[in-house]
Amino acid sequence: MSSTAKIYGINGPVVTLDGAAGFSMQEMVFVGKLGLVGEVISIGAGRATIQVYESTTSLRPGEEVVGSGMPISVTLGPGIIGTIFDGIQRPLKKIEERDGHFISRGGNYEPLDAERLWEVKVKAKCGAIIKPGDIYATCEETPSIEHRCLVPPGIEGEVVYVAPDGKYRVNDTVIKLRTPEGETRELSLCHKWPIRVPRPIREKLELSEPLVTGQRVLDSIFPLAKGGTAALPGGFGAGKTMVQHQIAKWCDADIIIYVGCGERGNEMTQVLEEFSELVDPRTGHKLTDRTVLIANTSNMPVAAREASIYTGITIAEYYRDMGYHVAMMADSTSRWAEALREVSGRLEEMPAEEGFPAYLPSRLAAFYERAGRVMTLGGDVGSVTVIGAVSPTGADFSEPVTQATKRFTRCFWALDKSLAYSRHYPAVNWTQSYSEYIGELTEWYDTNVAPQFSEFRARILRLLAEETSLMEIVKLIGSDVLPDDQKLIIEIARVIRIGLLQQDAYNPKDTYSPIKKQFLMMKTILHLYDRAKSLVEKAVPISRLLATGIFEKLEKMKYEIPSDRLELFDEYIKEIDAATSTGEETAK
Amino acid sequence: MIIEHLGLREINGSLIVLDGVPGASFEELVKIRLVSGEERMGRVVRIDGDRVVIQVFEGTQDMSLENTRTIFTARPMELPLAPEILGRIFDGVGRPIDGKGEIYCAERRDINGLPINPVSREYPRSCIVTGISSIDVLTTLIRGQKLPIFSGSGMRHNELAAQIVRQANIATTDEEEDSFAIVFAAIGVKNDVAAFFRRSFEDSGVMDRVVMYLNLISDPVIERIITPRCALTAAEYLAFTLGMHILVVMTDMTSYAEACREFSSSKGEIPGRKGYPGYMYSDLATLYERAGMLRGKKGSVTQLPILTMPNDDITHPVPDLTGYITEGQIVLDRALESRGIYPPVGILASLSRLMKDGIGEGYTRTDHAPLANQLFASYSRVQEARSLAAVIGEDELSEIDKLYIKFGDAFESSFLAQGEYEFRTMEESLNLGWKILSILPRSELDRIDDKLLDDYYGRF
Repeated sequence: MSSTAKIYGINGPVVTLDGAAGFSMQEMVFVGKLGLVGEVISIGAGRATIQVYESTTSLRPGEEVVGSGMPISVTLGPGIIGTIFDGIQRPLKKIEERDGHFISRGGNYEPLDAERLWEVKVKAKCGAIIKPGDIYATCEETPSIEHRCLVPPGIEGEVVYVAPDGKYRVNDTVIKLRTPEGETRELSLCHKWPIRVPRPIREKLELSEPLVTGQRVLDSIFPLAKGGTAALPGGFGAGKTMVQHQIAKWCDADIIIYVGCGERGNEMTQVLEEFSELVDPRTGHKLTDRTVLIANTSNMPVAAREASIYTGITIAEYYRDMGYHVAMMADSTSRWAEALREVSGRLEEMPAEEGFPAYLPSRLAAFYERAGRVMTLGGDVGSVTVIGAVSPTGADFSEPVTQATKRFTRCFWALDKSLAYSRHYPAVNWTQSYSEYIGELTEWYDTNVAPQFSEFRARILRLLAEETSLMEIVKLIGSDVLPDDQKLIIEIARVIRIGLLQQDAYNPKDTYSPIKKQFLMMKTILHLYDRAKSLVEKAVPISRLLATGIFEKLEKMKYEIPSDRLELFDEYIKEIDAATSTGEETAK
Repeated sequence: MIIEHLGLREINGSLIVLDGVPGASFEELVKIRLVSGEERMGRVVRIDGDRVVIQVFEGTQDMSLENTRTIFTARPMELPLAPEILGRIFDGVGRPIDGKGEIYCAERRDINGLPINPVSREYPRSCIVTGISSIDVLTTLIRGQKLPIFSGSGMRHNELAAQIVRQANIATTDEEEDSFAIVFAAIGVKNDVAAFFRRSFEDSGVMDRVVMYLNLISDPVIERIITPRCALTAAEYLAFTLGMHILVVMTDMTSYAEACREFSSSKGEIPGRKGYPGYMYSDLATLYERAGMLRGKKGSVTQLPILTMPNDDITHPVPDLTGYITEGQIVLDRALESRGIYPPVGILASLSRLMKDGIGEGYTRTDHAPLANQLFASYSRVQEARSLAAVIGEDELSEIDKLYIKFGDAFESSFLAQGEYEFRTMEESLNLGWKILSILPRSELDRIDDKLLDDYYGRF
């Protein structure tokens, strides 16, 4: 028997009810004649307050609100991957079939296609005792992903019935079990899980492996670990979305959850189009075969935007529990924070900084804390990596959302407007950005790529830092007055900036840079620096070195050397040696 | 059944409060009749039991608590639409003011519209040639895009918008010409500005394909919240029902945001930055996101909003929030303007997010993207050279920096600058770009590959 109440007041997405009996916090409710989806957010004496995930236009006081008896949840089962959902997991394709090009309100949609048949292999055996996290069935969700149906948390018992392998729909029962209390439970291919509750795990593990993205400035300079968290702040036009897209395309996670939270509609269309054409280099299948899209664009209802982040992370945790490495991109968490602010304002709560509610930092912390590399209940290792874009107002990083996010993430990729203005992409500023994962990842890089990797990285950063301080002088008096060893730093830093840090997402040879290539590029640049430095010490004028054109050549090597012909770097080393030795001879 | 209520409980700014109204619906349209017989329109913005808060578009002057009658229409605010709206002029809430009589309406639509389903969007790819070099080459306008002009008071943004409208019309092919129309929304602008646009539409002979919604500076402030919504509802109707290509010019979005701020503060809401309501972003998005193309539909809505940045400050909330929603921005630069360069497009801060997919081979020309990239990069280097020259004097600069200065001057005086009635084809603009780029030595052009350099460098 579900509880009901009547609408009393309406203020934007916030609706108050006459009577609160029977409702519980975070319960999902259906509002009014259209059955709009909402969630209970506070309960007072005789008044419950709900936030409605759809537009409340034309609601009236007195209309009925019906409780669903359960918290706002997502349905987890095969068919999630490759689908595009809105913020509360309604399939947008289904909505289009019903409403056409524009989204109308109301309607109770099944998140997963209930009619589709899956080729299921049932793994559980009759008589066996199974516990939460055990795999009882598998099916091929997409050519790249095997879906493993896990016993949901809180359910255990002896298997008493096992369906034969074959084709099943998501709601068909595939096993039955008897719980220790003697009840019989049926398990289908899917189950529901509340979005605001983190899924249980056995334990959190240390981070030891990087999330390889193929973007040089990220992998080589400011690496992110699998299971880590990164903040990506930047003003408009700094290229946040491009960086997120590049990571979603190329990173070595098994599954990508892309949450478009309060962003542009055309961007989601672009992701949809591009990802269905692009091929995942690791599996040879389409990128959509490993991607889940959650689109709550800026013109869609605000409250659902708030939910979209949780919908995303819950789906990410579900695939993590199957033993996959999941990367979740949230673009942008600032819009999520604004949704919090809007609802908080309507509730007339006391605001903290810039009108944001006082609980903003704790909500952000709780969200980012759901990332991690874990031992799952079933004993597998999986991870959820979270990359949250932040859109600071006026590109001012001192605003509350950026500052709070900075505290709870360990990787900070600051996008710089002035770099973007000069079309330096990705516009990651190398003085403001940092990664706290370097220490944890050093071992991985040094064993899996090359022993000098961390050393090279440190040298590159040092050269860039020296350039930054030299540029202060150059800005005042010009570069001609600098001594040659300092001029060399400026020249080599230019090669690093243009040749290494800049990366052209539209150039097929450059859009993805394997980690080995990144290393060889660093090596080649540093080789040139070492040779040139020894010449400068022998008083060879740097102008003579520059005249050989070797610096320009290195700036363009990323375009010249395809990822599968890395032996070509040897040619560059030879050329450097040749160029520098002619310099040496003329010096004599 | 329509019930009339007599009397109000409270009047506060543009808001009125009524008690004892059971069953008002949220955001429904309300008619308010004054003692004088004057009728005004309003909208329900908050309901608490039987207490209703109404926002009055025309303002609350002359209203009294006792004798005001309120009629609840049980419908949201709707706009009458018909193919005949082309060539007509309306006020800020969609009532005809050109003396040609009422619209015989084919259809009425809720002015708030509905969000476009992201899966139903068609990704915009076809570019609109405006005949203006700085826009065509560097911040290409794409059909279905929302590309605002960020300007400041006293700069020639209106001339630029008028030129874009005029020349975009020229460049459309004959077959498309029938389906091209303009929706113009004046939001709290001076009468001369509205008159200027009207004259420029007449001059270019497109007046019969223009729909105008005018809220002038003397018109009620709260009405400004409605004006762009009327314009966009008309645009969506023309584009997606009648299959036309619509260019929506909205000016000035700063007045719109100020109207929202005024409304929000009289409602007693907690303010966000600079007093603008916390939901300003979402609110602006409900306007800007109404641009686009739909799969399987012929028409398109392209938006060209104009906003003036208070004190030329791009970090002010209005340009800032706009930039986060729109697909790029054309920023006008006071320094260029004061040197007499028209259009004064500050290209480094300008950007068109959609251009990458609408230019290049098969769209404009193969060299377009690298050329644009190189112009941006080289011009940003010009700024460095200039700031150095300001300190140590131009004579002391290195040879290469001197070339950059020369390149920068040529770029501004012959590439950016052009006549108000000058139309340059895409071909001409691209070639001009190459011509100016060839001032720099070839080794400086690090964004263009050798093959293209062989083809174009030094050829013009």
